[in-house]
Amino acid sequence: MLEMMTKKKTAGLNVIVDTGCANLASVKFAVERLGYQVTVSDDVELIQQADKVILPGVGSAKHAMANIKAKNLVTVLQNLTQPVLGFCLGMQLMTESSTEGKQTSTEGGNSEDVYCLKLIPTKVEPLKAHENRLPHMGWNTLTHVSNHPIFNDIAVGDYFYFVHSFAAPVSKYTIASCEYGSTFSAAIAKDNFIGCQFHPERSSTLGSKIILNFLELDSTELNQEQVKL
Amino acid sequence: MLARRIIPCLDVRDGKVVKGVQFRNHEIIGDIVPLAQKYAEAGADELVFYDITASSDGRVVDKSWVSRIAEVIDIPFCVAGGIKSEADAKEILMMGADKISINSPALRDPELITRLADVFGQQCIVVGIDSFYNKDANNGKGEYQVYQFTGDEKRTQQTGWTTFDWIKKVVSLGAGEIVLNCMNQDGVRQGYDIEQLKQARAACKVPLIASGGAGTMEHFSDVYQQADVDGALAASVFHKGVIAIKDLKSYLKDQNIEVRPC
Repeated sequence: MLEMMTKKKTAGLNVIVDTGCANLASVKFAVERLGYQVTVSDDVELIQQADKVILPGVGSAKHAMANIKAKNLVTVLQNLTQPVLGFCLGMQLMTESSTEGKQTSTEGGNSEDVYCLKLIPTKVEPLKAHENRLPHMGWNTLTHVSNHPIFNDIAVGDYFYFVHSFAAPVSKYTIASCEYGSTFSAAIAKDNFIGCQFHPERSSTLGSKIILNFLELDSTELNQEQVKL
Repeated sequence: MLARRIIPCLDVRDGKVVKGVQFRNHEIIGDIVPLAQKYAEAGADELVFYDITASSDGRVVDKSWVSRIAEVIDIPFCVAGGIKSEADAKEILMMGADKISINSPALRDPELITRLADVFGQQCIVVGIDSFYNKDANNGKGEYQVYQFTGDEKRTQQTGWTTFDWIKKVVSLGAGEIVLNCMNQDGVRQGYDIEQLKQARAACKVPLIASGGAGTMEHFSDVYQQADVDGALAASVFHKGVIAIKDLKSYLKDQNIEVRPC
């Protein structure tokens, strides 16, 4: 299937979901640097009509889910059938739940689970960093990379920019992994939903390559059969 | 493995990149956007923009350059200076900055750190600390002291905080990263303050960035190996072409220090 992908820019409608989070601008600019048009929107019809949907996000899961609920986008996002790519918190929102209810150190151990979009059956938990410092902030390497089309031309050892304290554990939905005290999912996918824990929009040339892979993705490549590690 | 970060710092004054020696006598280095682009392409891991006028003169500062930087670069960047409220932070982050750094406003209102971390997440809240070693303080035993309003020489003043107490305080309030600027070393290129950074390292579990004193490639390897900092920030050695980032990374790799290839 990969050889069927063309390098030609498609005229499809690309939409970044306006989650009210802060990295909308940098995600938009990253898409535009690749020569593609993209619209930032929370309009239900526009999101449904899109050929490709990007779900960005920074900050806490609790705050972001509250925004998505306030905009009545929960079922809209859950029913999308076109390829959807989540970045960082956007990836975490694709899971069943996150323990990132209370985030700052002042809040102590009174975490409460935040229910997420339940698109990919895994749960976001505190990153088991062991002796390493948190947040996990900076450029780290991928330790496993699957043959998922989003990782076309991406290899083990490539650096991406991570900023997080919570992560999805390795599971059958893991399509790339990273190590920081323990191994965690650097990316997860199920059907048309793909999420990256790192920030492709801030990961230099290789990050742009992932965004390009997504924009050029032929949605028929994402069939029911999962691409395994 | 997580790479040690090399972070060029661009001090911004009136929309231009400037550099002074020990915070004084600022000279114009160039325009912001082309310099940002140049460093991103050269292999910088992150950029920091300090609007050095903002905290000290209290006026509303034009921040549209933040958006222009976000448009052209594909590495993370942090904006510091003049961020006094959630609204200020939101404006900068919505324009495309990845992190915001607060310094004097955190000293005036420490709870601001917690409020920002709650809304935007701990990961994008950096606290910048200007630390001065006063050798006569503490009954002549010497003491690291926190200063504020360092962007303006006339208003620069000592605070009641010692550096390590303030580090512990800001981490407890929710800071996601510390940039420790060692004022005695700033701009004089005699090396990072290893002793101070070691003590700062011991005082905090969040990422720590060294700032002030870089003059040679050895200074970078020393600070990573001896003070275990996550990143090292420098300005003049990069702006004046004393060290090329590509050469620096190659040198550090030879010293077995983990770096992201250019």
